Amino acid sequence: MLKEYKTVAEVAGPLMLVENVEGITYQELTEIELPGGEIRRGQVLEVDGDKALVQVFEGTSGINIQEAKVRFLGRGIELPVSMDILGRVFDGMGLPRDDGPKIIPDKRLDINGFPINPYARDYPSEFIQTGISAIDGMNTMVRGQKLPIFSGSGLPHSRLAAQIARQSKVLGTEEKFAVVFAAMGITFEEAEYFISDFRRTGAIERAVIFINLADDPAIERIATPRMALTAAEYLAFEQDMHVLVILTDLTNYAEALREISAARKEVPGRRGYPGYLYTDLSGIYERAGRIKGRRGSITQLPILTMPEDDKTHPIPDLTGYITEGQVIISRDLHRKGIYPPIDVLPSLSRLKDKGIGAGKTREDHADTMNQLYAAYARGKEAKELAAILGEAALTEIDKKFSQFADEFEYRYVAQGEEQDRTIGETLDLGWELFSLLPRAELKRIRDEYLDKYLPLLEEEQEDGN
Amino acid sequence: MEVGRVIKVSGPLVIAENMGEARMYDMVKVSDTGLLGEIIEVRGDQASIQVYEETAGLGPGEPVYNTGMPLSVELGPGLIEAIFDGVQRPLDVVWKKAGDYITKGVEAVALDREREWEFVPRVKIGDTVQAGDILGTVQETIPVEHRIMVPPQIASGKVIEISQKKATVTDIIARLETENGTIELTMMQKWPVREGRPYKEKLGPYIPLITGQRILDTLFPVAKGGTACIPGPFGSGKTVTQHQLAKWADAEIVVYIGCGERGNEMTDVLMEFPELLDPQTDEPLMKRTVLIANTSNMPVAAREASIYTGITIAEYFRDMGYSVALMADSTSRWAEALREISGRLEEMPGEEGYPAYLGSRVAEFYERAGRTICLGSDNRDGALTVVGAVSPPGGDLSEPVTQATLRVVKVFWSLDATLAYRRHFPAINWLLSYSLYQENVDPYFRELLGEKWIEMRREAMRILQEEAELEEIVRLVGIDALSPEERLTLETAKSLREDFLHQNSFHDVDTYTSIDKQFRMMELILNFHHEALKVVEKGELDLDLEKLFALPVRERIARAKYVEEEDLAMLQEIDTEIKQQIGQFSGEGGEEEIA
Repeated sequence: MLKEYKTVAEVAGPLMLVENVEGITYQELTEIELPGGEIRRGQVLEVDGDKALVQVFEGTSGINIQEAKVRFLGRGIELPVSMDILGRVFDGMGLPRDDGPKIIPDKRLDINGFPINPYARDYPSEFIQTGISAIDGMNTMVRGQKLPIFSGSGLPHSRLAAQIARQSKVLGTEEKFAVVFAAMGITFEEAEYFISDFRRTGAIERAVIFINLADDPAIERIATPRMALTAAEYLAFEQDMHVLVILTDLTNYAEALREISAARKEVPGRRGYPGYLYTDLSGIYERAGRIKGRRGSITQLPILTMPEDDKTHPIPDLTGYITEGQVIISRDLHRKGIYPPIDVLPSLSRLKDKGIGAGKTREDHADTMNQLYAAYARGKEAKELAAILGEAALTEIDKKFSQFADEFEYRYVAQGEEQDRTIGETLDLGWELFSLLPRAELKRIRDEYLDKYLPLLEEEQEDGN
Repeated sequence: MEVGRVIKVSGPLVIAENMGEARMYDMVKVSDTGLLGEIIEVRGDQASIQVYEETAGLGPGEPVYNTGMPLSVELGPGLIEAIFDGVQRPLDVVWKKAGDYITKGVEAVALDREREWEFVPRVKIGDTVQAGDILGTVQETIPVEHRIMVPPQIASGKVIEISQKKATVTDIIARLETENGTIELTMMQKWPVREGRPYKEKLGPYIPLITGQRILDTLFPVAKGGTACIPGPFGSGKTVTQHQLAKWADAEIVVYIGCGERGNEMTDVLMEFPELLDPQTDEPLMKRTVLIANTSNMPVAAREASIYTGITIAEYFRDMGYSVALMADSTSRWAEALREISGRLEEMPGEEGYPAYLGSRVAEFYERAGRTICLGSDNRDGALTVVGAVSPPGGDLSEPVTQATLRVVKVFWSLDATLAYRRHFPAINWLLSYSLYQENVDPYFRELLGEKWIEMRREAMRILQEEAELEEIVRLVGIDALSPEERLTLETAKSLREDFLHQNSFHDVDTYTSIDKQFRMMELILNFHHEALKVVEKGELDLDLEKLFALPVRERIARAKYVEEEDLAMLQEIDTEIKQQIGQFSGEGGEEEIA
């Protein structure tokens, strides 16, 4: 029988101080029973002698100091897992939210997990074809990568994430695949968009969904991504599945963290976020990857909305330092009606070099990728110059680059929401665009590839003329 | 020794009472699972302990055992090719014991106690030796001869026993007779990490560390024994630059510290370094490398310790007389660990929540670099070069960690997000970066490559400076406002940027450029400039600049970077072509197509 304490001394914001406790440990799971029998859960944030500071996940409203009963459960927060979690919807604390039965656990896992030993990691190098040129061609994703989408309010990041979830595949393999989706503080409509898309495509049967909506308790969001990643680790490393984890929206998560930090009166770092935000976020993002000798993998696709589209805001900034690149959604491109509005210049996939080339995508991929970047960047510069001085101020060659930049945006970046381009199609599209430029300007491409791929196009054009 | 008792747990910080005997920076073991910790504050009989492992599940009442020793590293054969965590636990051993995840309380000694090494003595019985003298050697890997030294604590003594034998790091390999009686020596020493290892004298650094990276060697060299920092926003290529240095720098030993960074980056090093060959020795790079990996999700206190663990190992190899290069990626994460612990100690914060002692800690760390005369009677010298990456939030260089670092380091490689977006890598801004070693290493280059090298470097720098000014004009009034000379300057600057400074670290040939090749590449670009300048200065009215810039030799200059080191003669050919083509061009008055 667990001891029950009725010694709550203070309740302030999401925090509760319990006195005269004994045998309490750091990060222990706590149950708070309200007079009506309602049970809320919390976690020990600090133990100091006989006092325990507890963060209450479901909020502290209605807690009465005299009547609340507190039990410490002697373990951390755990998620019961089994293969039956596939196809189910849970709340932010891992309780079923759909009408399905309770999960009969195969095992219970601590949601904080443990860091993967760097020695045990296997380097991600398998190309994932998302069918989206701006990603496959320019910012190639690989299995086991953590690649966030940096977006802003009102931009179509959800549609993009759903499209990636729908179309992602590793070429030439038939392996078990699952999607884990965690919603943190997003609206009902946004969450519903994902769920109905999963339903429409049948993906729901191999999806595990954790939902904490905007009107659900904010502090619960601290646990939600950890629940999702624990489920993902189980599926990936114990059930050999390739798991894509979509976490949305990390900005809400970080705000919940700030709320607790402020309630604890901690010395704030930048913009009021706690100094340990980096360490805390890395505890989430670093749970992606591959492990030697295990078949499964965890690929993470976190979404965050940048306040005021500001990439230097602490949340995107620290995220960028931990994740292996970022896909940046641009408001300008969105206004131009380009979908997906991926701004390829500041976007980056750090692991792309290991996932591309002969045997993985195609031999010319690395060179053409570099050339497309360089040419697009130069074209954008030329366009800026033209905006100031007028088109006439451009040299002949700059005009060509300027035209290239436009074509690149409208033909290469832009594509349909249901359009699933193969990597071959994406690469060929790149060569088609190169034909707008003189060969001498294609400095980043090896001669052998120019000889091999460029003339085909030139012939075609000549035939056309 | 008395057993303490935990009274408070807050994240990585634990406070224990009944710790009267504790001294600052003693190592302790917390609870019966044996979590490693270090005392960072003592008050009355209470001690604040930073714990190097996850503290979830820890509570008041649990015991604390003091080891009475400061946090120390084990130094001896077995360091090379190893991968350690921040408190020197070998991660491969941890993996064998605990599996794929790093769980709590895994005990693993740093150096393998079972492995036997062939010890070859260098001194004889009857010799008098002093601190730092080399007793003998162990061929640890093919390129690294591990020199077993008399520990610094022993002033001097007479060898009364020593012999060639197979020995483990704990076997006795020699006995010395000293004033304080007979001392038994093993191949392993221990040294507290927060204390620099002693040396006889510090020397000025005069020899450049050749990195094979053109922008670094040519424009902003770091000297052996010097310090450098690489600040830059995310995605600007800090880690790739650090990896390039670890791969190609002509140091004999490389210590690479992954401090609070990505797990996959360490895996990358672990998988790649055994495959790549060191251009100096033709042996796998791993055979000269020591790795320290405390990734971002590993305990934060151990992250704080990791850079000290790394630099102590590096100093130990310097003591042997080696040139050692240490890369710390990233010192900002270390500073954040300091901040986190400081916050938990409820210290009064300085700027942006960092502790007020941040600046002095940063300075202390970099000051452990340097070229020294090592302890020992042979007066050998060693060098320790330290390169620290800095990750300024939002790329803002005015933040405390960058500023504290810039106050002490001598080389600043400024990474630039705009260059990175243009995929100009290494994205080191040539106008903002500096090296204060330029003067120190010039005599070395002068001897190696002649005065011309220095002249060319100055000229290149001047052209790049001019480009920045001219671009300003172009932006305001358009390119037509420029004189032909100025347009040539712009064109040459572009060539310098694209054909020389831009270097692809993922290209087999381009990833490393010898100094000789750097010299010739630079020569080609500037020769073209000079020859073209002659044509331009003739001042002919019908001069077609576009055509001049489009001479076919330009493309060959651009591709010179892909010429293999064995085929450098080809660069000579290009040089001849420059003269021919420009000669032809000016002969024809630029009117006709050049065949």
